[in-house]
Amino acid sequence: MKPADKKRVLREMLFARRFEERCYEAYVERKIGGFLHLYPGQEACAQGVMEAARPGHDYVITGYRDHIHAIKCGADPKAVMAELYGKETGSSKGRGGSMHIFDVEHHMMGGYALVGGPFPLAAGIAKGLKMKGSDAISICFLGDAANNQGTFHETMNMAKLWNLPVLFVCENNLYGIGTRIDRSTAVIEQYKRVSGYGIPAAQVDGQDVEIVYDAAKIAVDHVRSGKGPYFLELMTYRYRGHSMSDSNAYRAKDEERMWSKRDPIILLRDRLIKAGTITLDDYKTMDTEILDQIENQIIKFAEDSPEPVVTELEKYVLAENDPYVHPHSSRGTH
Amino acid sequence: MATMMYWEALQRAHDEELARDPLVIVMGEDIGVAGGTYKATKGLYDKYGPERIMDTPISENGFTGLGIGASFIGIRPIIELMSVNFAWLAMDQIFNSAAKVRYMSGGQLTAPVVIRSPGGTAHQLGAQHSARMEKVFMGVAGLRVVTPSNARQAYGLLKSAVRCDDPVFIYEHELMYNMKSDVPDGEYFHPLEGSEIARAGRDITLFGYNISVHWCLQAAEILAAQHGIDCEVVDLFSLSPLDRAGIKASVSKTHRALIAEEAEAAVGVGSEVMAIINEECFFELDAAPVRVSAKNVPIPYNHTLEKAAVPSSKDIVHAVLKMLDHSQHPTSRDTSTSLHVGKS
Repeated sequence: MKPADKKRVLREMLFARRFEERCYEAYVERKIGGFLHLYPGQEACAQGVMEAARPGHDYVITGYRDHIHAIKCGADPKAVMAELYGKETGSSKGRGGSMHIFDVEHHMMGGYALVGGPFPLAAGIAKGLKMKGSDAISICFLGDAANNQGTFHETMNMAKLWNLPVLFVCENNLYGIGTRIDRSTAVIEQYKRVSGYGIPAAQVDGQDVEIVYDAAKIAVDHVRSGKGPYFLELMTYRYRGHSMSDSNAYRAKDEERMWSKRDPIILLRDRLIKAGTITLDDYKTMDTEILDQIENQIIKFAEDSPEPVVTELEKYVLAENDPYVHPHSSRGTH
Repeated sequence: MATMMYWEALQRAHDEELARDPLVIVMGEDIGVAGGTYKATKGLYDKYGPERIMDTPISENGFTGLGIGASFIGIRPIIELMSVNFAWLAMDQIFNSAAKVRYMSGGQLTAPVVIRSPGGTAHQLGAQHSARMEKVFMGVAGLRVVTPSNARQAYGLLKSAVRCDDPVFIYEHELMYNMKSDVPDGEYFHPLEGSEIARAGRDITLFGYNISVHWCLQAAEILAAQHGIDCEVVDLFSLSPLDRAGIKASVSKTHRALIAEEAEAAVGVGSEVMAIINEECFFELDAAPVRVSAKNVPIPYNHTLEKAAVPSSKDIVHAVLKMLDHSQHPTSRDTSTSLHVGKS
């Protein structure tokens, strides 16, 4: 990564942090409803992988902790925030919510709320890309707990069997909802679990964005070169509960303190200050600008946007006026 | 017009769509090298190769989800679930991904997959291979459910389903693959919504779908020949959405309704049709509608018990005679107008 890229990466990760913290506030203010799963602590995962990939070209699919992945693909943060507010200007026109952020134009194929659900969808996108002869790849971001679903095993088998261009990124934050990995999972090191399917894998520190980037580069190159699927495990930690309804009482304070010292943003910030790339004041200015952008552009847009109209409640259930529903050759029908 | 078997009609539809569009693929267990359990994909593997005719592992939720994911970027997968009993394993992907993605993406994505699967009781297949799951699928927003009762519909519904932008579930029947009927020689696209009058009549409407259309037609023959009752048989080839207008039109004509279904009565096609009759044309009725349904049991292995668990044309005949209270009334042939007292 070049110094200029590192500075941009720091800014983008700080933006991700502030965006999610502002979501938290909006949720407390009851501007955002439903379930809200936030990303603080895990920023280097999406950031590092997408730095190595081609955002907007490669196809991304993920679970419900999806705001930042969408933004990394190129989704407008204003549309993401408006979606959380349930507004018509939201990325899914207010029909999806926090767990279902889509931006198909930028190849963000959605956040899905059934744990493990995106595995086969990602492999299917890869199958389609392979059939079309595309040089894009499919990237599936999911948490460690998804690997205990049947879809994990079914998909790993098919992805390798058919040599599909799909990168599985396991963001291992050590908890499946509120249950620690060693209480739910027989083999704790997730990258080992795909060896039974013959899929190459690596495990790296998910808090250091440069390490994530370097590992993701190898992974992305492997998949893009036609060598089939790859599994990348990133060791990370979420600084908040699983969702907003989570009291987070199940985690030891020592553990939380240990991981807070490995904050991906602080790690990179301090490294850049030490290298002379930025000063602490630069960082503070950056932060002020981001907070201003979030408040005066993003939140303002979401607040000012219109609600969906109830007369359009039933829109988007099925295709409108599909010609094969009542084809001309029909006969003898009512 | 050629006469062909139901499986041949399906095979022809597959073949034509694969030949037309290189993005059409077929997926399922034993559908490739083996040609399909019911031969619906016979010969396609040799013609189109393994990239498009994909023999899958026995991972129903996995390969169904894989097909749905491929459909997100324009592939048109036809997924065969070997038996509808196995569809239980794929419910998560069918309901949570295929049926909901258009809505929860605000119309950005759609899942134009076709999922074909046979159900029904066949020949002593036991409780876990005799499911009738149409009622499970028809209550889900975002999913079309159609069910062909003959080769023409099997051909035309599959053709339309492949081209339609919505996910379509095609409910077939294990006992119907060798059934013959006329299929147009030229390309034919059957509507995905509506119903068909399989037999026109005046005295009562028998609603059927899939195999129960044939029970209704047999019952109508018996009732006409032996009791002078003129039954109309309506084929509900679209289970979701159901044809409200067609149901209303027929009941408004005959003023009586019976629904024949191979599934258990609770929360089924019959109860839904009855509800529609209530909502659309209650005051047209001369008698309370009745359902002829399966017993509420897991399907037994024993042949006699199995037959007793699901309805037949005889059960429909008995139910019609009971509804018309035939022992106390003259035949409809003699006094057909008297059956419609109070109606113009």
